[in-house]
Amino acid sequence: MNYETIKKHPVLKSLLISLFAAILFLPFKDIKSSTILFAIMFIFISAVLLIKKSQILPALPKIRWAPPHFLRAASVPSVIMVFILLPFYLNDYYLDVLIMSGIYMLLALGLNIIVGFTGLLNLGFAAFYAIGAYTYAVVNTKLGLDFWVSVPLSAGITALSGIVLAIPALRLRGDYLAIVTLGFGEIARLVLNNWDSLTNGPNGITGIARPSLFGASLDKLNTYYYLVFIFVAIAVIIIRRVECSRIGRAWISIKENEIAASSLGINTTKYKLYAFGFGTVWAGIAGILFASKMQFVSPESFTFMESVLILSMVIVGGLGNTFGAIAGAFILVLLPELLREVQSYRMLILGIALVLLMLFRPQGILGGFKSVHFRR
Amino acid sequence: MHAGTLCIHDNILTFLLKFPAMLLQQLINGLTLGGVYALIALGYTMVYGILELINFAHGEIYMLGAYLGIIFLGLFTVIGLTSVSLPLALFFTVLLTIVVCSAYGFAMEKVAYKPLRNAPRLSPLISAIGISIFLQNYVMLTQGATDQVFPQRFGDSGLQFLNVSMTYLQALIIIVSGLLMLSLHLFIQKTRMGKAMRAVAQDKTMAALAGINVNGIISVTFIIGAGLAAMAGIMVASYYGLVNYYIGYIAGIKAFTAAVLGGIGNIPGAMVGGIILGLVESAGAAYISSEYKDAYAFIILIVILLIKPAGILGKNTEEKV
Repeated sequence: MNYETIKKHPVLKSLLISLFAAILFLPFKDIKSSTILFAIMFIFISAVLLIKKSQILPALPKIRWAPPHFLRAASVPSVIMVFILLPFYLNDYYLDVLIMSGIYMLLALGLNIIVGFTGLLNLGFAAFYAIGAYTYAVVNTKLGLDFWVSVPLSAGITALSGIVLAIPALRLRGDYLAIVTLGFGEIARLVLNNWDSLTNGPNGITGIARPSLFGASLDKLNTYYYLVFIFVAIAVIIIRRVECSRIGRAWISIKENEIAASSLGINTTKYKLYAFGFGTVWAGIAGILFASKMQFVSPESFTFMESVLILSMVIVGGLGNTFGAIAGAFILVLLPELLREVQSYRMLILGIALVLLMLFRPQGILGGFKSVHFRR
Repeated sequence: MHAGTLCIHDNILTFLLKFPAMLLQQLINGLTLGGVYALIALGYTMVYGILELINFAHGEIYMLGAYLGIIFLGLFTVIGLTSVSLPLALFFTVLLTIVVCSAYGFAMEKVAYKPLRNAPRLSPLISAIGISIFLQNYVMLTQGATDQVFPQRFGDSGLQFLNVSMTYLQALIIIVSGLLMLSLHLFIQKTRMGKAMRAVAQDKTMAALAGINVNGIISVTFIIGAGLAAMAGIMVASYYGLVNYYIGYIAGIKAFTAAVLGGIGNIPGAMVGGIILGLVESAGAAYISSEYKDAYAFIILIVILLIKPAGILGKNTEEKV
């Protein structure tokens, strides 16, 4: 029997695959566990292959479901209502998780402008998040500036740093740009770690003030929740407006084909700078929200892994789709929390989930759906 | 006052005397480190050259190599092979580690990258990140989160010349990585399979039309890359004596930086990039400040890319319309 016939035979094929996996697993654990692994994989894979081959399951029909008009009209107000009512039904733990997911939504929305709209791969987005957070931490603890003054300040400084990085980096193409942003992220983290006089090094800055409004401090979790989601709502509205404008279309044309875009008279460098500036603004705002929520910042919160997580949110949600970025952030923050029961396995499962999601939906959850409706 | 000036004078004198020796010492340390970076960088650059994919899970293969080296050598110690003949035990350790790591590289490609070959460009990046998270936690769960100790200490014995010392292990690492790079170069340039690899890197469709098994070549690329990373992993594990499940991450980023520094997709470029990175890092740590040790790699990268946007040996191809 040659290799081709083995590959076609479902049971033999699954035997081969599970034997291979068990042998790979053997050095890391004992014989007993790899036998168990072999048995589970063998049963599972041969079941899947047999079902596939015998075609018991009918081919899934292509779903083309267009929601009726009243549902579409009602969807936005009902989502808003759910978000307004949630704090009344959730305990503090879930409220905390939701606040974090709101902060990540802002980050994903910002990165989506750079990677999703304009097609510039950025692997150091956590650096801008860090700059926003540290700006507030420093001006609040050293100069005593309050939250509302610091929001434009943080956002402005972050956008400025984004543009300053982008001016030299935009000469590079594709993955070279990606690695420079990665390097920038690492350098930023190391500077925060070592510039003791300003950032207090690895110990971080403590005692950052919570925001207050009309004299009342917003330190209850549910008021904080509203604060964060008001920022998310503002971000969505502004980003949607920009996305549908001349600038948004210029970004998308740069992503689709840079040369064609520039030959149509689009100043690609200018619009890429806009994307960097406008995208990093939201990282700055997310940073200040994070710093004021935690009342503590340290370089540990802004590692490369954080940049990767934000990028995963954007891609999992669907590149270039504003609502996709929100969905991605929501899922990737919530998923590890839902897996809290299996504490030690949760990152393992997250890794597998990322791979499976890409295998079954490479364009992301909401990818492929038109996000922009061009109006004349 | 007088004593003070004398003191400075004295310092400068000793500095001038010590300087060449210290430089040579940094050169040796840098070459050791650079050889390891270059071996890992080769895996990145080979995969990138063929698939235009940043294989983010490659650093984890290096980590698996370090762990497997410890596991197999530990096994041979238990069996008693190490006390019979240490070189033989080391030989089998290296062999088994490379075989198992290559199998991991092969499996990784089949599971996470091959189904996504026609997907949007960033999707394989996310599945690579997924694999990377999976492998880290897989090793952590099976081997524990604490540091693992390499069972064999090679000691600090070595060559001593003036103030410069080079341990035998350092010499071995430099020689082995040099030999591996040379043989990879010969493999790519002189053999039939190497030729097929270059053809696939240039144009997959044309290569397939010419009768090359493209999927097979891609698998071979992953296997060779994983084998080189496994070798790097064993050497680092024996050099530092300690490994942990997260070592793949920083080594992976640095090796990727090295690959880009030399011009990604370019095999001699990865070697040059790796060695430059190692030299810059050990010189920077010795002469400037060791706190920013990890930053020098990226600073030099940014500086070089601003001067030569396609890396040191990369060709700056104009995009065709």
